[in-house]
Amino acid sequence: MIRLQNIEKVYRTSTVETLALSSINLDIAKGEFLSIMGPSGCGKSTLLNIMGLLDAPSKGDIKIDNQKTDHLSDKQLAAFRNKKLGFIFQSYHLINDLQVLDNVELPLLYRDSTAKERKMLATEALEKVGLANRVKHFPNQLSGGQKQRVAIARAIVGRPEIILADEPTGNLDSAMGSEILDILLQLNQKDGTTIVMVTHDENMAHKTHRLVRLFDGSQVQ
Amino acid sequence: MLKNYFKIAIAVLRRRKFFTFISLFGISFTLTILLVLTAFIDKVVGDNYPDRKRDRSLYIARLEEVGKGNMSSGAPSYYFLDHFARNLKTPAKMAICSGFNGTNTYINNKKIAVNYKYTDAVYWDIMEYDFVEGKAFDKKQVENAEKVAVISEDMKNEYFGDVPSVIGKYIEADNVKYRVTGVVKNIPITSYMTYSDIYLPYTVSKSDYKDKGYRGGYTAILLANSKDDLPKMHDEYDQMVQRIPMESKDFNKIYSHADKYIAAYVDTGNENQSGVVLVLTIISVFVFLFMLLPTLNLVNINITRIMERSSEIGVRKAFGASSKTLVYQFIVENIILTLLGGLAGLFLSIVAIYIINSANLIPNLELSVNFTVLFIGLLVCLFFGLLSGVYPAWRMSKLDVVTALKAQ
Repeated sequence: MIRLQNIEKVYRTSTVETLALSSINLDIAKGEFLSIMGPSGCGKSTLLNIMGLLDAPSKGDIKIDNQKTDHLSDKQLAAFRNKKLGFIFQSYHLINDLQVLDNVELPLLYRDSTAKERKMLATEALEKVGLANRVKHFPNQLSGGQKQRVAIARAIVGRPEIILADEPTGNLDSAMGSEILDILLQLNQKDGTTIVMVTHDENMAHKTHRLVRLFDGSQVQ
Repeated sequence: MLKNYFKIAIAVLRRRKFFTFISLFGISFTLTILLVLTAFIDKVVGDNYPDRKRDRSLYIARLEEVGKGNMSSGAPSYYFLDHFARNLKTPAKMAICSGFNGTNTYINNKKIAVNYKYTDAVYWDIMEYDFVEGKAFDKKQVENAEKVAVISEDMKNEYFGDVPSVIGKYIEADNVKYRVTGVVKNIPITSYMTYSDIYLPYTVSKSDYKDKGYRGGYTAILLANSKDDLPKMHDEYDQMVQRIPMESKDFNKIYSHADKYIAAYVDTGNENQSGVVLVLTIISVFVFLFMLLPTLNLVNINITRIMERSSEIGVRKAFGASSKTLVYQFIVENIILTLLGGLAGLFLSIVAIYIINSANLIPNLELSVNFTVLFIGLLVCLFFGLLSGVYPAWRMSKLDVVTALKAQ
């Protein structure tokens, strides 16, 4: 589903060159749930951003669903992300000015869909994460765990084939964290969604199909 | 999509009340000034009472004589207009009138300021004053230098009080008594070519209207048979001016033009060029500078406002918004903001115009917000919205997704 070949990422300033990722080769199969672990600053999030086409590698190739992505324009990249990918962030990144339902509808705004369809799909997604009774709430009226569930609903509303989760339980206590992981596991098992998750939690990582470890920008496991 | 933009625009406006106030205040205040100004210009330039045949009239209001080291500029004399302009072939009619002059009169020991104006009899044929009572003085009365007068409604009320009729009664101005023949509807002072409190036959003028100097205080109104004759009438007068002998050895060139109302209104008397271009340039520069400040202010506020939302920008981009879509979103939001400012500005304008009218700052000048003004106002709003929204939106849309997401 995702193929990374010789990925390298270098951050350059006028005086310093920092190697964030080096020679990353990774094949992630369709329906796989993969964890990425490693110490802070080892390049986990950078790798996830590159997989999510949010950042471009300095070298190497990415193929998603057998499609090369390096030649895509801003507009094509946006459409590709919209269709194929869903994102979950550590700090939720919900839009505080919008109600829960509007937040969840967001990815659907950028594709052909009617208001009715959007509402239906968003309600469905919220039901899946157990928040159907919170549609009219604003994000600041929710707990951390609820916010992350809204973020998951937003990530799955467009029925993407891949979900990229960057420390989705990082801001939550262990009970809430387990709830979120359970939802992700269900999505993976029931819907066959491919999930790549960055985490610091060994226990969680071991519940997924495969674990990749990074150290100083290189793959060590 | 638009509904979603609208929701978020309103939410953002409500969240940052101070910024919203500053933005809306800037837009609405500027718009109010512009709307009141355009209402004023619209009234002054567009109101054609009693000058209803303005579209087929030309006005000779200025004369400039130039010599080596000498220059004399101002309104022409009665003699000049009667002696030279009278010979023009194209005009169907020609009226001569003076500008208005001020004097004082007394009634029951109370001082009243009075403006008076001299006209000939044709003036009343060309102009279509609405007579509240009576009629204008006629040609014979002018020729006989009868001491008769047409007065304005305000003058009637001030001088005679609340009486049913004043025809045949006498009004004193400059120690001379004039018999009233007619009362006309009021005119604001901004219609300076036709405004006065008292209209008198030019033949009763104390100054010598027969004086052969070219410069005096008179204006000629040339009425053509049709609009199409205006260029011909204009050219005929221009050619005639070339042939006019110099008044004295001090001068070697005379400049004077028969202009349309607006051109005559703003005529600088300056060489061959009317003042229209100059006035339009001054107004445009003024409006541009006046609008530039709030626009820059808005650009600045918008950049701050938008950058605060970088996390939202990151999320939208991650979930499929292209840079173009985001530019569109932020411009729409900005247009919503400016239209709200526009509505507030419109409301303030109506209040300001009501106050100006009630305070009677310029007597008889009734300003109103009309459709032209409203249309200009809406255009100004859209201009503001685009100008202050495009740059911040473009800058923000270029924001890298990862950087935008990290900003929270």
